[in-house]
Amino acid sequence: MRIEAKFKWLPTPLRSLLLFLVWLLLNNSVSAGHIVLAVILAIVIPLATSPFRTKQPLILKPGLALRHLMLVLYDIITANVQVAILILGPNKKLTPGFVKVPLDLTQSLPITILASTVSLTPGTVSAEVYPWAESLTEGAEPEQRFLLIHVLNLKDEQALINTIKQRYEAPLKEIFQC
Amino acid sequence: MTEWIISILLLIGGAFVLVGSIGLVKMPDFYMRLHGPTKATTLGMASLLTAAMVFFSTTQAGLSVKEILISLFLLLTAPVSAYMMIKSAIHHKLDSIERTKGKDNIEDDV
Repeated sequence: MRIEAKFKWLPTPLRSLLLFLVWLLLNNSVSAGHIVLAVILAIVIPLATSPFRTKQPLILKPGLALRHLMLVLYDIITANVQVAILILGPNKKLTPGFVKVPLDLTQSLPITILASTVSLTPGTVSAEVYPWAESLTEGAEPEQRFLLIHVLNLKDEQALINTIKQRYEAPLKEIFQC
Repeated sequence: MTEWIISILLLIGGAFVLVGSIGLVKMPDFYMRLHGPTKATTLGMASLLTAAMVFFSTTQAGLSVKEILISLFLLLTAPVSAYMMIKSAIHHKLDSIERTKGKDNIEDDV
């Protein structure tokens, strides 16, 4: 895990890239003037806002992150079809349930990303992270955390936990190296 | 040809958004109702926006890519809003239907 960026003037390289792309997309043009403006914004905004942010781990394996993104996009498409079938089928067949997934991740940014992917993928919506953030004491060693998820059609709890851990959590651990 | 692509994309998108809305009406409790709009709608909206992208790219000069941004924002906001709703539902101790498994996994508020 690395929190500090390589260059002081570029605190969050990927966010700068995102700002650059979003500016060009918003303007729908790649003219020289807009590129210069986008570069200026991409450098100035992260610099100006970095004092307000809580430091979060940086993405250390961009290639792997891109591959993970593709996997998640593919899963979103299959998830949509699966959930559509479940919704149109009879209600009586559905067995909803709450499942607690133990997390290996400790930092809040990777956990947020994991919770969002879980919400967008087949039949699960993340509901809560335990222990409650309010009950954590500042500066204390992070304890074991859990992600509470609601499952639309729960069949095998252990298999579901294993899938989430292997398919979504393991790549995130690699990407952030934590 | 492009008209065909646009029409098919619009139909797929409309179908998924419709299914999501049906889920919203049909499901028995709050937690299950949330599944429809968070998932079925993302792909539906993505198809509709792709159709818009194809339409404006072919009928007007230049490529239209603003729609990618809209899908990106939708993808970011859908899970967050679902999370906030389910969190407040748990806080208010909303009932889930009888056969829900693992209800004891929900911890009490501090």
